[in-house]
Amino acid sequence: FYLLLIFCGVFFRCLGISIMVWFTLLFVFIIVPAVLGVSLGIRRLYIVTLLKVFEWATSRMEMGAKEKNQQLYKPYSSGIIAKEPPSSWQQEIQDLRGSASCLRSEPEFEMADIFYFCRRGVESIMDDEVTKCFSAQELESWNLLTRSNYNFRHISLRLTVLWGLGVLIRYGVLLPLRVTLAVTGISLLLVLTTLVGLLPNRELKFFLSEKVHLMCYRICVRALTAIITYHNRENKPKNGGICVANHTTPIDVIILANDGCYSMVGQVHGGLMGMIQRAMVRSSPHIWFERSEVKDRHLVAKRLGDHVADKTKQPILIFPEGTCINNTSVMMFKKGSFEIGCTVYPVAIKYDPRFGDAFWNSSKFGMVNYLLRMMSSWAIVCSVWYLPPMNREEGEDAVQFANRVKAAIAAQGGLVDLIWDGGLKRAKVKDAFKEEQQKLYSKVLVGRRESEIKHFQAWRTM
Amino acid sequence: MGSSNSSVNNIPNAQELMQETGFSAAHILRLHERFEFLDKHKCGQLRLVDRPTNQPQDFGAVQELALNPIGDSIISAFFSPGQETVDFASFVRILAHFRPTDRNQSRDGAQQEPANSSIRKLKFAFQMYDQDRDGKISRAELLQVLRAMLGIQVTEEQLQSIAERAIQEADLDRDDAISFDEFRKSLEKVDIDHKMSIRFLR
Repeated sequence: FYLLLIFCGVFFRCLGISIMVWFTLLFVFIIVPAVLGVSLGIRRLYIVTLLKVFEWATSRMEMGAKEKNQQLYKPYSSGIIAKEPPSSWQQEIQDLRGSASCLRSEPEFEMADIFYFCRRGVESIMDDEVTKCFSAQELESWNLLTRSNYNFRHISLRLTVLWGLGVLIRYGVLLPLRVTLAVTGISLLLVLTTLVGLLPNRELKFFLSEKVHLMCYRICVRALTAIITYHNRENKPKNGGICVANHTTPIDVIILANDGCYSMVGQVHGGLMGMIQRAMVRSSPHIWFERSEVKDRHLVAKRLGDHVADKTKQPILIFPEGTCINNTSVMMFKKGSFEIGCTVYPVAIKYDPRFGDAFWNSSKFGMVNYLLRMMSSWAIVCSVWYLPPMNREEGEDAVQFANRVKAAIAAQGGLVDLIWDGGLKRAKVKDAFKEEQQKLYSKVLVGRRESEIKHFQAWRTM
Repeated sequence: MGSSNSSVNNIPNAQELMQETGFSAAHILRLHERFEFLDKHKCGQLRLVDRPTNQPQDFGAVQELALNPIGDSIISAFFSPGQETVDFASFVRILAHFRPTDRNQSRDGAQQEPANSSIRKLKFAFQMYDQDRDGKISRAELLQVLRAMLGIQVTEEQLQSIAERAIQEADLDRDDAISFDEFRKSLEKVDIDHKMSIRFLR
């Protein structure tokens, strides 16, 4: 009985000491640098090591597959079918006509033209661009997470051990660490912003609120083990402008706010989110809308416009896609934020999916589940590019401006530029798109005739 | 994002389908994933229209299809006349029409016409025009398809003259409609196999 008592005593002693050591380490290596804005380079070392491990894991799987003479189930990276690019559209219809060439006074129509539309239609049934955007990217090499593995049968013993080790590290070490950090970060945010909000002096308030926000976001970034590379920081958004970025996950906000102070826009929530929102608003101007106000576009535009007109206020952060896309493409930008008429600062965010897929598939996972997955991945690695500011040009309407910005973001981030609306659940495709198609087709009917006339005229003048 | 233990064995009648359509196991798997994606209500069947609104139901999720002038015809091609649902087997059978034709296909007389033969492809295209499935493309049906393809880009007279010329060229027995044989004859020179085939990746 005595032995048991002594044993318990020793055990609790050890526990106490280890917790203290844990917290000291945490403090020194993570929180202090976060507060001061300094990086120790630990995270970068970490990902370099991880990459080497992943490559080894994939080569083992390939070897295993070869031994058993089976094929590795290759990821869905290029789809099920090989699609023709739309630029060869017109060429195709011309080919369908065959070699029959005679001048007609009416646009020609061939019964065979229907083949083209049949094929395109069935192709889109089998594989369309929009669907691909709403499921997580598939990886070339395995990153020791079961969620991205399709080759279960090819795992050798060594690999299983490695995977088991990975699970232990991720759930036993990294997850508690991250959760502690997250809790620290959020509570600090709540407490400090409220305190700063109590200050009477405006200048001091602005200054301190900026520092407080940055510090708390830095802690949150470390809570996710996010390794972010910022490019072109000279183009950082300035006061009186709107910052637009492509949207992959709610974490985008933390990634961007880590490097600058923005005013957020969003709906008022209840619970913890609501508390955070209320606290944030006390120390710096954010724009939160009641649920009823969201529908009123004029009200929204007015509030945004007022905020932007005040040059002392921070730039607004908006995600014009309106929904989370899986970071392989950029979908239609809603024109609301482009109608306000101020300078737009585009930002492109690209995540590296090898360490943990940041995409939030809201139809599959709830918020809590998502955060848990995030915190038990290896890391979140991303690149942020600040693009040069853009303004609406003469004769350009909001939609064209939005498309121009979208194209710039897609080009920079290496993403596919799509015209489709991510927010549409049932496809009520705009009539304008249909008209475009019809115009193209009628041009093909008439086009041959026009080119032949030109040919004839050129011959005449010779 | 495939589920790690999905295999062809989980799909009912997979072997028969593979035999009948010529799709490989990998293709059937992919198509099954696609079918499950389109089947939003998880009932194992795709549905034609959403009763209250009469909008295309499950196929409506494909935005590119809404843009296609014959999109609605293509969707109806999946559903047998009178049916409002289609299961996976029928889904795959229709898609099989678009497989590239196999060269050196040897068949004995007892075997059925393969799903991806030229005749089947032609029949599919014919169905796009012949909406009421009476075996003939009437002038009205042709006009409808033309209107969908051209919209407001041509005038009513131009549309009529286009249809008129098309019927005159193809209609051999002068009954003011194009039957399937006439359709086939008018397309003798076209490389149907190439134009109506979709390249499937391994």
